[in-house]
Amino acid sequence: MTLTTDPQALIAQGMDGVNTQLRENGFLLTTVEDVVNWARAGSLWPMTFGLACCAVEMMHSAAARYDLDRFGTMFRPSPRQSDLMIIAGTLTNKMAPALRRLYEQMPEPRYVLSMGSCANGGGYYHHSYAVVRGADRIVPVDIYVPGCPPTAEALVYGILQLQRKIKREPVFGEAGRRTEQPQYAYAEGEVRPYSALEMHID
Amino acid sequence: MTAQLHIDTHLKTSELERCAELCRIALPRAEVAITPQREVQLTVAVTELYAALAWLKDAEGLKFSQLMDVCGVDYLAFNPAQPQRFAVAYHLLSPTQNLRVRVKCFVAEGESVPSVVALWPAANWFERETYDMYGIVFAGHPDLRRILTDYDFIGHPLRKDFPLNGHVEVYYDAAQGRVAYKPVDLPQELRNFDSVSSWKGLTGNTHLAETDNVFVREEFK
Repeated sequence: MTLTTDPQALIAQGMDGVNTQLRENGFLLTTVEDVVNWARAGSLWPMTFGLACCAVEMMHSAAARYDLDRFGTMFRPSPRQSDLMIIAGTLTNKMAPALRRLYEQMPEPRYVLSMGSCANGGGYYHHSYAVVRGADRIVPVDIYVPGCPPTAEALVYGILQLQRKIKREPVFGEAGRRTEQPQYAYAEGEVRPYSALEMHID
Repeated sequence: MTAQLHIDTHLKTSELERCAELCRIALPRAEVAITPQREVQLTVAVTELYAALAWLKDAEGLKFSQLMDVCGVDYLAFNPAQPQRFAVAYHLLSPTQNLRVRVKCFVAEGESVPSVVALWPAANWFERETYDMYGIVFAGHPDLRRILTDYDFIGHPLRKDFPLNGHVEVYYDAAQGRVAYKPVDLPQELRNFDSVSSWKGLTGNTHLAETDNVFVREEFK
């Protein structure tokens, strides 16, 4: 086995490579960015925020069968201790300011996972007078998990995708500063991020 | 001795007729009927509503001590047209007699209904909900506020002339740093699906849906 200080080559060698490196060199070479992202992705603490039936599937994902604890994902009762918000269910107009406030109370870096049709885009209640047409109008969303409700497996998959996303993220410099704008929170008269053609309108 | 099954006694014709007969005697001006769904239904005028409900609560042989539900009905655009636009329906349960009864009361727009919070404290939130959804005012209610809709909500959403989409929607205004309101702006219209084809439910701009979703056998060869 060849000794290397190239992180990519090290990864390709797997655990054998890591062991050899440690035994021969006494140190491992990697970047601070990789270590930071590894730590962030490996201990995502979601805030317990169930809004509707999706919350039941969220509970299943945390319970014995799927056991999110395996991924370092443990539900916290306070936004101050959380770095992930799982919006599980229908977000109503009345709840929207509370959701935004809870989001703002979370320490950075913070991530948002939108779970289910209602949180993704209003879903079944898209035309209702009382429902927000997508949680991304209120907070910036990192991962959308489709389904009505999504299965516990789908949510676990969504969290794994979020971990992948975090591991690829730049941490330092201008690129490392996360945007805080909701993707779909457009002011009146502003151009919509989706085209008229996509929405089947002339 | 075999156990007496009592699960469906509230559907027994003799029991329903006994209940209806007691109501006819005590409330001569009320319209008492047994519906085809085997429910006793009383239709009373607003002026007699409170007295009728108070009597039903304590009547010997009935004792409707529980108020299950208070709800409104909007008869706008109803055929045949109702002289009064709204109705308030009370659903009562008698645990001792295993009986249920519905009391219905037609009210015109702007007319108020006597509150029954003094009879059944459970009516408090039911009446608030009915007020919230239909704008029916309950006179004598201790705390008649909206209960379900958003703070500063305008209108009564279950009225038939209230638009389904409402008037405002919320978004996060980054400039103001808060969740703000703006007029409803829906890029896609509401679809009324029928059971034959999901695309036929689209009205208006349907050309994309209709041309893009044609199954062409040749494409799959």
